[in-house]
Amino acid sequence: MTQHPDRAEAAIVVDGIRKSYGDLKAVDGVSFTVSEGEFFGILGPNGAGKTTTLEIVEGLRKPDSGTVTLLGESPWPRKVSMLPRIGVQLQASAFFDKLTAREQLETFASLYGIGAKTAGEYLELVGLTDKADTREDKLSGGQRQRLSIACALVHDPDIVFLDEPTAALDPQARRNLWDVLRAIQARGKTIVYTTHYLDEAEILCDRVAIMDKGRILAMDPPATLVRGLDAPTRIILERGALGLEEAQGITGADDVTEDELSLTFTTRKPAPVLSALAEKGSLDGLQVRTATLEDVFLSLTGREYRA
Amino acid sequence: MTAFKSLTQAGVKGFVRDKATLFFSIVFPLMFLVVFGLIFGNSGTNKTKLGVVGDGPVVQALNQTGVVDFQHYGSLDEAVQHVKDGDVPAMIAESGGTVTLRFAASDQTQAGVVQGLVSGVTDKVNLAATHQKPVVNLDSSQVEDSSLNAIQYLTPGILSWSVATSAVFGAALTLVSWRRKQVLRRLRLAPINPAVVLTSRLTVAVTLAVVQAAMFVGIASLPVFGLKLSGTWYLGIPVFLLGILAFFSIGMLVGSFAKTEEAGTAAANIVVLPMAFLSGTFFPLDSAPSWLKTVSNVLPLRHMNDGLTDFLVRGKDASALLVPCAVLLGFMLVVGFIASRVFRWEDA
Ligand SMILES: Nc1ncnc2c1ncn2[C@@H]1O[C@H](COP(=O)(O)OP(=O)(O)OP(=O)(O)O)[C@@H](O)[C@H]1O
Ligand SMILES: [Mg+2]
Repeated sequence: MTQHPDRAEAAIVVDGIRKSYGDLKAVDGVSFTVSEGEFFGILGPNGAGKTTTLEIVEGLRKPDSGTVTLLGESPWPRKVSMLPRIGVQLQASAFFDKLTAREQLETFASLYGIGAKTAGEYLELVGLTDKADTREDKLSGGQRQRLSIACALVHDPDIVFLDEPTAALDPQARRNLWDVLRAIQARGKTIVYTTHYLDEAEILCDRVAIMDKGRILAMDPPATLVRGLDAPTRIILERGALGLEEAQGITGADDVTEDELSLTFTTRKPAPVLSALAEKGSLDGLQVRTATLEDVFLSLTGREYRA
Repeated sequence: MTAFKSLTQAGVKGFVRDKATLFFSIVFPLMFLVVFGLIFGNSGTNKTKLGVVGDGPVVQALNQTGVVDFQHYGSLDEAVQHVKDGDVPAMIAESGGTVTLRFAASDQTQAGVVQGLVSGVTDKVNLAATHQKPVVNLDSSQVEDSSLNAIQYLTPGILSWSVATSAVFGAALTLVSWRRKQVLRRLRLAPINPAVVLTSRLTVAVTLAVVQAAMFVGIASLPVFGLKLSGTWYLGIPVFLLGILAFFSIGMLVGSFAKTEEAGTAAANIVVLPMAFLSGTFFPLDSAPSWLKTVSNVLPLRHMNDGLTDFLVRGKDASALLVPCAVLLGFMLVVGFIASRVFRWEDA
């Protein structure tokens, strides 16, 4: 942890929470603090314990041990007074039977004393205006997801919890949601979300926690994590753009490998390698990949990241 | 819009748009009523057929007794022929001051009934014509269930059964499906009192029950079925409402235990169906063995059924409210309490 915000301005303080299902330790001693206005991401493969952690913080589950402070109070048992200040999108969307998108949103809004007009605005925000009169069971997976997000945001909560909000979204909808979330953060709201998309977390999050098997393996701003890794850059060309031996001769190339499709340089000094390639005029299919959270995950767990 | 109102609206919409549930809770019980009503339609009405020629005070008075079924014929000869053929057990012709009665002696019981009836009525008319006070006043009225026309006990019975079924299923399946689809958890995260959620569902159940009752009574009152509501029918309202509450809480209990909709349906059926047969829903319990009557006394459906029959068709007064209301209220409180103890927001 690089940031240690004062408790006063901490929106969430999680201290050593554990939760077991039988022998399985779903959450095994997780601690973190999220300050007000922060965009906090939790990353990890399936079964890492992200949802369980989130649900404990939201007050949906009681931890076996450890404490959670949400907006200065414990969320367990249920505290009606804090509920208007938090917005939750559950991993599986929760809708009333047979209601249309608009009716769902209006019903949820009314639980917070929010009128139909605002509900309509949020429908537009997630791009579902043309699906307003479609019933919940006739919406596509991504549309359900967007509706579920709108239901979490409609009462303008101070802390938003989103469990894999971008999971079923097409690229366009994903980017739209990024904009929505950034706008919410810009208004000083706190966002906690889980995702499998490491690239997305790098773009959106102020800080990410990488989880595996119920534990947090690393927690820092994405750039810090990536830099801390001190991983080499990879330069990838089309196979045949250059002979393997010629490639190995380029100064600065630490390692060169070739497979059916591509020729890959691994280097810590990408600049001279790139200029040498440019001189040779062999830049066909050029891709440059610096280390990503994916590499961080690999180095932390020794496993490829398979979301 | 308040949370209560919008949740109620959501519940009603969800219900109305679900064609299968709509069918099973409204059309299906009505089919029972119609089929049973038609099958048993005449069994309870021991109306005696009587051939009639002409008109007069005696014919009028006979008509008012409501126990004879008139077959009008054109002439005395024609009517007598029908008696001889066995189409009607007897015939009566009235013209001027003369009443002619002809009966088939081959059917002694019927002949006796008709003779007694006609001579009684004739005496009355004669007495009335003298403008004298009768020496003896006869006060007679029916006392038995069996004297009720079939539709009179079928309507309260099938109505109680279908309202009970809808309340149990509505409560149980809503709870199970909301839990399974995470709606309950989502509601738990909203700043809303669980009592509001509960009462909104209850309002949906009551609304449905009122619609059912209106359709039942409306259809049963059609001339083909001939239901006649008693003057104290409105005393049935508290029994009706308490019955819904009692069965709603049974549904909540079932819904708290069942994990899937299928299990909930099965469990609700196991609770309601045997109760329907033991509570006199489809046939009166008069001729049932006494142990069965005793058993049925502990069933809430029996008391809802009896209570509704008492007020809708038997015309009992308010003192008859006590037993059914007390039993149903007791059920609601005990079962509702247990249900609130075992309530779960989510599985495991
Ligand atoms: N109700 C439950 N009963 C038993 N085991 C559970 C329950 N909920 C979660 N688990 C187990 O706990 C572990 C963590 O689950 P969790 O849902 O928190 O993972 P996750 O990181 O959210 O995974 P995903 O990326 O697939 O959403 C999993 O191994 C899961 O099988
Ligand atoms: Mg999850």
